[in-house]
Amino acid sequence: MTNSEQHTEHSEHHTEHKHIVEYGKYLFIWLGLLALTGITVSAAGINLGNWTIVLALVIASVKSLLVLSIFMHLKFEDKVFKIFVWVAMLTFAIFIFFTFLDYSFIR
Amino acid sequence: MNTQAKVTEEKNFFQQSTNKYTGIGSWLLTVDHKRIGILYLFSMMTFFIVAVIFGFLIRLELIAPGKTIMEPQTYNQLFTLHGIIMIFLFIIPGLPAVFGNFMLPIMIGAKDVIFPRLNLFSWYLFIAGGLIAVVSMFLPGGSADTGWMFYVPYSIRTTTNVIPALTAAFILGFSSILTGLNFITTIHRMRAPGMSWFKMPLFIWSLYATAWIQILATPIIGITLLLVSIERWFGVGIFDPALGGDPILYQHLFWIYSHPAVYIMILPAMGMVSEIIPVFARRTIFGYNFIAFSSIAIAFFGSLVWAHHMFTVGMSDTAMFVFSFLTFFVSIPSAIKVFNWVSTLYKGSISADPPLLYALSFIFQFAIGGFTGLMIGVLSVNIHLQDTSFIVAHFHYVMFGSTGFGIFAAMHYWFPKMFGTMYNKKIANWAWAITTIGFNTLYFPMFIMGYLGMPRRYYDYLPEFHTYHLVSTIGSWILILGLIIMFANLIKGMRNKKDVAPMNPWGGVTLEWKVPSPPPMENFHEIPTVTTGPYDYSHYELAGKETK
Amino acid sequence: MSSVTHQIHRDDYGSRMGMWLFLFTELILFGGMFIVYAVYRFIHQQDFHLAAQELNTTIGLLNTIILLTSSMTMAMSITAIQKGNKKLAIALVIITILFAFGFMVNKYFEWSAKIHHGIYPGSPDLLSKPEGQILYFGLYYVMTGLHALHVIIGVTILVFNVVYLWTGHTNSNYFVKLENAGLYWHLVDLIWIFLFPLFYLIH
Repeated sequence: MTNSEQHTEHSEHHTEHKHIVEYGKYLFIWLGLLALTGITVSAAGINLGNWTIVLALVIASVKSLLVLSIFMHLKFEDKVFKIFVWVAMLTFAIFIFFTFLDYSFIR
Repeated sequence: MNTQAKVTEEKNFFQQSTNKYTGIGSWLLTVDHKRIGILYLFSMMTFFIVAVIFGFLIRLELIAPGKTIMEPQTYNQLFTLHGIIMIFLFIIPGLPAVFGNFMLPIMIGAKDVIFPRLNLFSWYLFIAGGLIAVVSMFLPGGSADTGWMFYVPYSIRTTTNVIPALTAAFILGFSSILTGLNFITTIHRMRAPGMSWFKMPLFIWSLYATAWIQILATPIIGITLLLVSIERWFGVGIFDPALGGDPILYQHLFWIYSHPAVYIMILPAMGMVSEIIPVFARRTIFGYNFIAFSSIAIAFFGSLVWAHHMFTVGMSDTAMFVFSFLTFFVSIPSAIKVFNWVSTLYKGSISADPPLLYALSFIFQFAIGGFTGLMIGVLSVNIHLQDTSFIVAHFHYVMFGSTGFGIFAAMHYWFPKMFGTMYNKKIANWAWAITTIGFNTLYFPMFIMGYLGMPRRYYDYLPEFHTYHLVSTIGSWILILGLIIMFANLIKGMRNKKDVAPMNPWGGVTLEWKVPSPPPMENFHEIPTVTTGPYDYSHYELAGKETK
Repeated sequence: MSSVTHQIHRDDYGSRMGMWLFLFTELILFGGMFIVYAVYRFIHQQDFHLAAQELNTTIGLLNTIILLTSSMTMAMSITAIQKGNKKLAIALVIITILFAFGFMVNKYFEWSAKIHHGIYPGSPDLLSKPEGQILYFGLYYVMTGLHALHVIIGVTILVFNVVYLWTGHTNSNYFVKLENAGLYWHLVDLIWIFLFPLFYLIH
């Protein structure tokens, strides 16, 4: 076993997070979320064709990223939690991508 | 606490409970992973026997053309229940819930799983789901007749009790998710000091890969079945073509789960075989890393191929090409495993005990199941074989011939550890020979008649298929004879108090063989420190060979 | 008592890991419905567009703001208990619960208005509409309904956590239950972040 393996092993077993997020930071993130909501509502009024939904989804993704990393403390968790979240999102992306292999081509 | 444990050193987990109750209460409220494993074992085997009886009746009906013993409607309901019970109540929970629960904590050097109460809750969900499935048979309307796939629009229209069956599958899915969640967290958090990822037994690797599929794929079937229920209840338009829905979308969602579910079934059995082969060949497993990674690779590729169940339903050509192409990739990690097992056996000092024999049957039947799987993964061949009994034979070779035999191998391998007694090995060998012969006699003719055009799920057939059906039904009798002998031998072994099993009857080197048989309540008085790999047989091997 | 108490090993890190894994199953559960939504929207773009006009954007926006704010108060309650401020933590969880009720009241008015207009599953008005719109409203009821069910489950969990805080079971040294309840509550918010533009903002 290599040293680095031993190291991750060690950290995975002993870290206990004591990170305290200050109230002000939450308030700041909340304001950001409200601003993004405002943008998405006003952008929906503009006709961008197919890009309307893309824009709406991009904004929603930025909002979820803020919620995930700050409200849900993902930013302060171990790397393994972040990998887990990526695995879950990748799985969902695979499901939707391969389903659309059927629907986006002539049947 | 510690001193008390020392005083009660002789007591095993059967004699000592985790709660204040005695008798049945000490079992039904237990949080001991070993007792929960035993609860799963007996409930699962009960469901298995019920489903075997249904299978026997289906085969008996098909012994001759025309009506033999039952009405067509009964036949439809029986094959539906046979499928639901076998899949959701036997094969999926089989290895993870029974042997995973019992062995996982011991094999990684832990006292229990990380969430013991959640573990018991999963068992209750399992029982609730099972009971709902069985009770739906006796409700007015009769049990579902849709086949276990519940394809829409028929499952929306039929008057039989589809909703109870859907609910049962939903609850069982939830039970499976919670078991997977428990295992992943346990493997991450509870490994003994020194047990790095690459010192874990391969069974644990396969359970880890399985648990990820359980968590990430099962919710899709949950929501899909829930949507069908909602559609039936409230008339919401989702899949019903009369309301604009797309039945093919249902099939996509169904197979997004149900194809990976095949790997939930087979992966732990592969892990099981990887445990057994080195022990009975007295050799360090060949290609440990490859076997470990191939489990993850199978879990990954297995999630990309679901639509190969749908080549004839009218998908886009692009989807068909891609799904067919990717299907072949699953064979690579699967073949890696087979080659490694065979290489481990090569020049080993083999002792042909019952667990190894079942494992060898696994390899043989898995090879047949796997290769026929490649055949039907080819688009052109699939058009010819889709919905014939060739498919039935293929998946029974994989599900029963591989996973089923993997479960039997596990039962014979870990039996002395779980019950502390020994079964009669000679009878076990006979039971192995009879089940293997019976199994192949039952399912091999289905390949031939399927190729000749016998459709699956048909109640009646043309006279030209009679011989094949006859042989197949006779095979089912041989198989059931073998199963009866096997179970009788095991039950006799459990009650046999004279033939006490030693701590390590097979000469295994993984951690479960370093605790008494049966293990004490908390497995280890002191958590072990692991220094060697899981299959270190270097002391058996001559110098210069395979020593790491 | 002849039995030895089975010690359940405390591992806050492990509890959070288990909770995250559970959240993935919830995400994928909704993910399945998003797949259905995506496919039907792709096939019936025009109908989805027309059907969405029937929805009240103001109520949707109000509920979005309510949920975002409740997420903030939830997150703050964890900071409060970490700092040992029990009263503030309880107050913040209760405020979160009140926001959840606000959300449900809005939802109630929204749904009853729809039902009053004759748009509900199986209604003659709905069935007379084009297929794409039937699917849109079917998904609208199922997805927002299941989301509302999660709000109710979330409130139940939060009520338990108020009790835990009250009794001191949850305190500045042991607050993983509150953290996990928070994770669940944020998940409810996350799903709404996607539901809102996908149902209310197709103009």
